[in-house]
Amino acid sequence: MREFWYQLRRHKPAMLGLVVLSLMAVAAIGAPWLSPHDPYAMQVEHVLGSPTPQYLMGTDQKGRDIFSRVLHGARISFKVGSIAVTIALFAGTAIGLIAAYYGGIVDFLLSRVVDVLFAFPDILLALAIMAILGPSLTNVMIAIGIVYIPIFARVARGSALSVKHESFVEAAHSMGVSNFTIIRRHILPNISAPLIVQATLSFAFAILAEAALSFLGLGVEPDTPSWGILLSRGKDWMGEAWWIAFFPGIAITLAVLSCNLLGDGLRDLLDPKARKAS
Amino acid sequence: MIVYIAKRLAVALPVLLGISMLAFALIHLVPGDPVTAMLGIQYNEEQAIELRAQYGLDKPMVVQYLVWLRHVLTGDLGHSMLHDQSVARAILERLPVTLQLAVGSVLLALVVSVPLGIAAAMRQHRAPDILASTFGLLGISIPNFWLGTMLTLLFALVLGWLPSGGYISPTEDLVGNLRYMLLPTLALSGAVAAVILRMTRSSMLEVIRMDYIDMARAKGASPRRVVWVHALKNALIPVLTIVGIQIGYLLGGSVVIEQIFTLPGIGRLAVQSINARDYPMLQGVILFVAVSFVFINLIVDILYAWLNPRIRL
Repeated sequence: MREFWYQLRRHKPAMLGLVVLSLMAVAAIGAPWLSPHDPYAMQVEHVLGSPTPQYLMGTDQKGRDIFSRVLHGARISFKVGSIAVTIALFAGTAIGLIAAYYGGIVDFLLSRVVDVLFAFPDILLALAIMAILGPSLTNVMIAIGIVYIPIFARVARGSALSVKHESFVEAAHSMGVSNFTIIRRHILPNISAPLIVQATLSFAFAILAEAALSFLGLGVEPDTPSWGILLSRGKDWMGEAWWIAFFPGIAITLAVLSCNLLGDGLRDLLDPKARKAS
Repeated sequence: MIVYIAKRLAVALPVLLGISMLAFALIHLVPGDPVTAMLGIQYNEEQAIELRAQYGLDKPMVVQYLVWLRHVLTGDLGHSMLHDQSVARAILERLPVTLQLAVGSVLLALVVSVPLGIAAAMRQHRAPDILASTFGLLGISIPNFWLGTMLTLLFALVLGWLPSGGYISPTEDLVGNLRYMLLPTLALSGAVAAVILRMTRSSMLEVIRMDYIDMARAKGASPRRVVWVHALKNALIPVLTIVGIQIGYLLGGSVVIEQIFTLPGIGRLAVQSINARDYPMLQGVILFVAVSFVFINLIVDILYAWLNPRIRL
């Protein structure tokens, strides 16, 4: 662990990603205390105000402070990202592990289910799930979580297949260790590296997906200060106030870019095979 | 090769069946009863029973699925609940717009990213590589809907060079069509270019270290010939897979861009059908996009195997 941390600190792009992401996470958690204004407070006298020292990112069509809304938007993005990725990570890893470990017909059936889900572009599948569940923050997390299950299933299956025939797994088998214990204690720890990398990259995709769904009006509730909603509302006022759409977009880009930098770095450090390929 | 195609088809068939089941399930999972929605305030029990019988909704689920599947296989995707139009016709009418957007974005991305990917691989860890890597990272990180919005701000609202939205068919006015399609194509191609660039770079890096490239160099081939003739031919094979996947993906993935630029494509049709609760239409769009994706992948896999005989072994 100490060795890994030492290597990570020497990987500049990954460290940059980690630092920016951590700062954004702190901003997200501390948004209620860090926001200079109430993100919902409408001030008629400040409608469509351009950026000033008092309103760093300007105000929107209802006179609300964009900076405070962007800070609160980070809470939503990070919450959706973490919970959606957790759902996808657990469900996908379970599917991939079972498919790889049991093989045969179980593998064939589970792999086809994963193939079916893969055939739908992620945003379209998320839209269809949202049509069934209805718009809400919880449903967005569930929908995005389901959409990213297949990628984790594929990563887990591929990695587990390469570990399955290792001598320590065979030894555990011959000692009569139960299948569940072998999967949990011997296979899972050995496939965690590619899963961690995938989780970091999927966190970025989840932030993008939430913003896209909310942008289309099919994500979180309309008045929530989500980055996607801020951008969508800002688009309608672009001729008069470019800043309404500009800053939420910068926030999304920064968060996604940081995840990608960290994800690429972690892949370099944890997954030497992938490093060789890239 | 025929054996390989047969094998790929055997894997694709259960996937297609799974897609059909999922698309069928969609209409039964959405909240509310479709007949109640159709009748609206004129709802009465007698008419509801009649309509259920007419649409076969009173039959067991398996029978309903089989009847629906038979219709789908003959090209009948159902009827819109909103417009007096068949779902298949609505999709076919909007397909050219989405196809033009998807193919245009991939072509634009190829023109930019393949030379950039090659330059990056040829000068690894130097300025062109750093530039290309930065472009690649930004490309996958900038949301296409934000890029689209900012392009509209600059080229439509500030400079006034291009329209901010709308569509005109190329058969009516080709130049007008290109003017309407340029910004959405640019917005969508950013991420595609980034993916192709990263793939070209890594694939090229792998190929230029191979023995046959050393052999070509040893036989006196010019560096330009080594790159553009010997290396690129093999390096582009995995790029082809990515291109196929991207076109398939963009058939449904361009939904937000179509919405921003009010393009009458398939993605916008999906959003409109969700907002209007036109579920047969949504079901048709989802089925069409997923099935197209499977077929595009199948064609790409066959092409890949044809270009790279090792795959067939």
